Amino acid sequence: MARTDPKKDVVIIGLGWTGSIAGIELAKEGLDILALERGADRDTVPDFQYPNVADELRYGVRYGFMQKPAKSTVTFRHAQNETALPMRHLGSFLPGDGVGGAGMHWNANTWRPQAEELRLKSYVTEEFGAGIIPEDMTIQDWGVTYEELEPYFDRFEYMLGISGQAGNVGGKIVSGGNPFEAPRAREFPMQPLQMQLAPRMFRDKAEEMGLHPFPMPAAIASESYVNEYGMQLGPCNYCGFCERYGCLNYSKASPQTCILDALKRYDNFNYRTHCEVLKVELAADGKTATGVTYFDEAAQEEVFQPADIVIMAAYSLHNTHLCLLSGIGKPYDPVKGEGVVGRNYAYQMTGGTKAFFEDIEFNPFVGSGSSAYVINDYGTNQIDFAAEGFIGGAYIHASQLNGQPIRNLPLPADVPSWGAGWKKGIKDWYGHSMGVSLHGSNMANRDCYLDLDPTYTDRHGRPLLRMTFDWKDNDTRMSQFMKEKIERVVAELNPTSFKSSYKDTGAHYDIRPYQSTHNVGGTVMGTDPATSVLNRYQQSWDVHNVFILGAGSFPQNIQYNPTGALGGLTYWTLDAIRRDYLSAPGPLV
Amino acid sequence: MSTRTFKLSRRGFMAAGMAGTALATLTRHPFAHAAVPDLADYVPVFFSEYEWNFINAATSRLIPSHGEGPGALEARVPVFIDLQLAGDFGTAADWYMAEPHDAGASPLKGFQSPLTPAEVYRQGISFFDDWCKETNDSDFVSLDDDAQDLALVALEKGDVGLPDNLRDFFGLLLQNTKEGYFSDPRYGGNHGMAAWVYIGFPGARASFLEWNDPAMDNVEYPLGPVSISGERA
Ligand SMILES: Cc1cc2nc3c(=O)[nH]c(=O)nc-3n(C[C@H](O)[C@H](O)[C@H](O)COP(=O)(O)OP(=O)(O)OC[C@H]3O[C@@H](n4cnc5c(N)ncnc54)[C@H](O)[C@@H]3O)c2cc1C
Ligand code: SF4
Repeated sequence: MARTDPKKDVVIIGLGWTGSIAGIELAKEGLDILALERGADRDTVPDFQYPNVADELRYGVRYGFMQKPAKSTVTFRHAQNETALPMRHLGSFLPGDGVGGAGMHWNANTWRPQAEELRLKSYVTEEFGAGIIPEDMTIQDWGVTYEELEPYFDRFEYMLGISGQAGNVGGKIVSGGNPFEAPRAREFPMQPLQMQLAPRMFRDKAEEMGLHPFPMPAAIASESYVNEYGMQLGPCNYCGFCERYGCLNYSKASPQTCILDALKRYDNFNYRTHCEVLKVELAADGKTATGVTYFDEAAQEEVFQPADIVIMAAYSLHNTHLCLLSGIGKPYDPVKGEGVVGRNYAYQMTGGTKAFFEDIEFNPFVGSGSSAYVINDYGTNQIDFAAEGFIGGAYIHASQLNGQPIRNLPLPADVPSWGAGWKKGIKDWYGHSMGVSLHGSNMANRDCYLDLDPTYTDRHGRPLLRMTFDWKDNDTRMSQFMKEKIERVVAELNPTSFKSSYKDTGAHYDIRPYQSTHNVGGTVMGTDPATSVLNRYQQSWDVHNVFILGAGSFPQNIQYNPTGALGGLTYWTLDAIRRDYLSAPGPLV
Repeated sequence: MSTRTFKLSRRGFMAAGMAGTALATLTRHPFAHAAVPDLADYVPVFFSEYEWNFINAATSRLIPSHGEGPGALEARVPVFIDLQLAGDFGTAADWYMAEPHDAGASPLKGFQSPLTPAEVYRQGISFFDDWCKETNDSDFVSLDDDAQDLALVALEKGDVGLPDNLRDFFGLLLQNTKEGYFSDPRYGGNHGMAAWVYIGFPGARASFLEWNDPAMDNVEYPLGPVSISGERA
């Protein structure tokens, strides 16, 4: 029997980055708010405390902080004519689970999209003609412009506390920053992170070659910092246990370090953990949500939680899943090309070259999730798509993240993977390599989408989300273009040897190796209800008291990591709710 | 409702964090060798005696003792694997194991066996050893080093006729061997942090601010590793 709890003004599904921002911005309005988080409660002390957190096996390899497939996973296939099979253990992407979401174990690379990326279809059409867009490529504009979002990107970045070097302040190009970025209103709040030898070698060589290297914009404090919520960050100590770990030092921006202690001071905000939302309930006419049903792990029962506003902040894949399970928006049908929920799922193109230097000691264990020099000379707005035969772009980076030996011990091509040769090789080469990698866009396609699996269910009996996805020629061409650029820089560095790994024509998506937790699309935003789930304020077209936050809103993937973009969009939406929706609930468009 | 107390001040948190860091560099834990039984005295919790002998033999070919640095046996990798298979990893506690299974599907779709890692080891060892007996007239353990290497190469290449259910056996064995070599000693392997000392990884030190200074470029890090429990080597 389901229990029904007293009504709330707002229920928030998930307490990661977007849920935490929604919580604090709406708490300020005095609304009665309940956030439901499916995973465990977590805070710096005790969960990220030294020395226990410095445990590669537990957190880096066994995914201690991440989603447990036993409880939540997807099925996957490359094409519609295949049977999808479950992702039985994690690999390619690592969704968060627990307070802080993936926002507590991210790398903290923090980017704004280029202005052109937010109106990609218009940009391509104007610059190169619609004729260059392949027939099955379903790219579109976001319905909101860079100029509109600039103040919200700015706010998100100052809330996180970014260490970096601006490249374009108010239209003025600043040397040492990214000259290809859209204008920002002001500098970053903190000076760039300190950089290790490997990123600096890349910077010096890139500069010598006439490229424009700049430090990775990092949501990691390089100095002491206090944000708008009064939360304090201290300077990073480059501990080398950053991505996949919670920060032991109050340096990496996370919901814990930037929002949650301030949010918990609001009496009108409450949160419950180990409470997985199963479904958003709709009124009989389907035009509004009445609340959510969730499973209360402690009580071992289903609970109906009535609410006036439902904020879905469960991560892109889970937001799409909940929409499909709840009947919010029409499910996408790839055959007819109709419907919207699950449409335009996209991912991130990655690849790179490892360069080995027998005479250089890099001390690879000195690093942070965002220790990198980057070039954006081959970014989306710098490439002649018509000439190159692809749409998209990438940034290229030389990062020094960590030297954890189970996961991060690159070896030259001639070293075997076990035996006496391996044992000798690890001694010869540990600490003698650096990587230069691409991080690139991925265009949306008609046959890459999310829907409900017909066979596999979760522990609550709900169909799993099914992912149909593969790499397309457009994106592998981009990858090969970047390979050539990267290998040119690497060769100039004159390494003892180097080894490359890039997707080439015909490459199929492999769900096993980690690539990125940058799953986008599925609940796309836009200006046309026929091709988007959400309007330009990330409000459901069909169910006006449902707002959906996260990278699911991206109509195709940008060249950058998603959180800068989705964080800015979150503030943009919260502003619209506070300014317009609360006083007159209804469609904002 | 959350049961945590959130009343500690932020300053208190900071102090707690710093104290933790200070501890790492100052405390001198006695090297806890005595508590750990020698590999020869270890009584496996998961493996049978027969399987235990196989794991010892196989891991010592994957990371041989000969030459510089510890081999799998000196690092007590078999102990690590035994404990892992007896625990959540072995039982696939976190994995989605529901039916139906298509163990022969494209490897790009990931692990699809209906068997847990512990079951893959158990059946994999038995199957592979039968193959060794048929092919070499000897079980794996009794083969000489070169013959063992050849047999492992065949296993790695998928040339021993393993059923689809077991096709991840070698991959798991190799991955777990490296995990046992390089993980924190609290998991039973990397005995004495010898694998970390060997390659120059400082373990759980986790504080390197001054090492970004260009003056430290190409300077070898002078300190040995610490473990999570405070051992030093
Ligand atoms: C290893 C790693 C490195 C990354 N590095 C970067 C980077 O450098 N730069 C970058 O921009 N991005 C990075 N990301 C991605 C970044 O973490 C995400 O973009 C960001 O956290 C998304 O915020 P979100 O609020 O949408 O989701 P999350 O922060 O993941 O929060 C979602 C929350 O919802 C909860 N939840 C899900 N379903 C339910 C349900 N049904 N009921 C209740 N709760 C639910 C989850 O448990 C989770 O806590 C990285 C991710 C990973 C895993
Ligand atoms: S590298 Fe810096 S930001 Fe990252 S976890 Fe360590 S101290 Fe925190």
